[in-house]
Amino acid sequence: MVPESYYLALSAVLFSIGVVGVIIRRNPLVIFMSIELMLNAANLAFVAFGHRLGSNDGQAVVFFVMAVAAAEVAVGLAIIVAIFRLRRRLSVDDLSLMRW
Amino acid sequence: MSPVVPPPAVALGVLLPVLVVLAAAAVVLVLDVLPPRDSKAHLGGVALAGIIGALLAIVMRWGTDARAFRDMVLLDTYALYFDLVICYAAALIVMFSMDYLGRTGSESGEYYSLLLFSTAGMMLMASAGDLIVVFLALELMSLSLYVLAGFFKQRLTSGEASMKYFLLGAFASSFLLYGIALIYGATGSTNLDRIAAAAATRNAEPMVLIGLAMMLVGFGFKISSVPFHMWAPDVYEGAPTSVTAFIATGSKAAAFAAMIRVLVVALRGAQPDWSALLWALAALTMTVGNVVALAQSNLKRLLAYSSIAHVGYMLMGLVAGGGPGPGAVLFYLLAYTFTTVGAFGAIALCARAGEEAVEVSDYAGLARRHPVLAATLALFFLSLIGIPPLAGFVAKFYLFGAAVRAGYIWLTVIAVLNSAVAAYYYLRVIVYMYMREPDGEPVAVAPSLAGGLALTLAVAGIVILGLMPAPFADLAQVAVAPLLR
Repeated sequence: MVPESYYLALSAVLFSIGVVGVIIRRNPLVIFMSIELMLNAANLAFVAFGHRLGSNDGQAVVFFVMAVAAAEVAVGLAIIVAIFRLRRRLSVDDLSLMRW
Repeated sequence: MSPVVPPPAVALGVLLPVLVVLAAAAVVLVLDVLPPRDSKAHLGGVALAGIIGALLAIVMRWGTDARAFRDMVLLDTYALYFDLVICYAAALIVMFSMDYLGRTGSESGEYYSLLLFSTAGMMLMASAGDLIVVFLALELMSLSLYVLAGFFKQRLTSGEASMKYFLLGAFASSFLLYGIALIYGATGSTNLDRIAAAAATRNAEPMVLIGLAMMLVGFGFKISSVPFHMWAPDVYEGAPTSVTAFIATGSKAAAFAAMIRVLVVALRGAQPDWSALLWALAALTMTVGNVVALAQSNLKRLLAYSSIAHVGYMLMGLVAGGGPGPGAVLFYLLAYTFTTVGAFGAIALCARAGEEAVEVSDYAGLARRHPVLAATLALFFLSLIGIPPLAGFVAKFYLFGAAVRAGYIWLTVIAVLNSAVAAYYYLRVIVYMYMREPDGEPVAVAPSLAGGLALTLAVAGIVILGLMPAPFADLAQVAVAPLLR
């Protein structure tokens, strides 16, 4: 039996990897994957907490989050494709038309 | 063996205003594929009718205090007040869009339905009684706005705005979600009232505080407070101007609605902690917003930084706390929404040499050629400065008054100094309009009936709010009452 704190530690590590990925990677697709990792880290935390508290709420939440993540994928990829059509290159460093 | 959960009673009446908006969105989607295929001008009218229907539903339901779906959705005066602000903004923006999109030839059904979907998300945020509903409503609002920001598919700036808004928005939402997970873990519930009850017995656990901080990151992004504001100027500049107006008003009002409810109801036990955090955020936000706005030559970016500064003022009311603080914030949001929608709307009406007129220098000599529009725009800017007798003055008066009464003298001093700085960049635009001559082609303005009506409504809003603030201020106080029980 693995104790809950292990799951929470794993979730915190996953979340941190996601944050670092968003900050240091330059490809929008990889940034997007890192964001998905952050969402799934939150999911893992919800399930672990739900198990510790003995309630189903945590697991129910995960379904909603998964649905939202799927919707986010649809919108995100559409935006990336729309930009790629105009530009033929994909790096957030190119997104610099507007600067203060 | 887990206990059998009885299905919740279905009480659609509580969702009535949201459902009206969603139904209108669905009708717009269906009408989009029916003839006439070549003209989409009527779809704006349908969207507007839906929003007016929602406004009627809100007025009908005023004074109720209903909750449904196991306390997940609340319909109290607080939610109804925000519904009113959001629907007012949405109605004006639909009218401006009919004019703006008609001129650029990009009117379409999906634009109006996405606008309505995000309106529904905003209204749900104000009604949320559960952190999960806050998250879902926020995503409904945001996902629609990400697409709307990139609506001009042929323009690189629009795509860039959309991508930046999406990546940073999704990043911030995952912080919000992780914060919710931590608070759920610490208190055993995602329901706002039950969190408050559970947190009251245990004194400020570290997990609650970390969760609170992470949720503030998520909300701070949506209201664009410093240091989570970096997206705002780029998105405001690149997005279609009508969408910018909605991001600046509707999404901010909705994020404030959810944030105030979460902080004041669920996390009232941690008030000293979040109050101190927000003090710093407020001072930083108004100062950075105003100082950077001084250097802007693009009017949309200037208004973006000005809107950041206004968020700083509003956070001040939240710091003040108690009844008068949040009440003043609600009133400020109303005044801010009236003024900002009008200002962006007026900009959307102007064009120069076939392009949108977005540089401050484009507006040189506007007063000579289009005295009415110049006067209107000047009124909006004067209200943003806070000149009596316009809405902005009264709103600042209530807000600063609440902060002083709560003993936050230094924060108020910072805010007053900031207001003085802000006058410079607003007045600069007015100077251009009235005292400079255009070099090259002047700005062309041809407002349609819808655009003119929307401008008239916005001006009427700020003048009425400025001359007779008392009933509206009472309304705002009545609206926050359900939070303070």
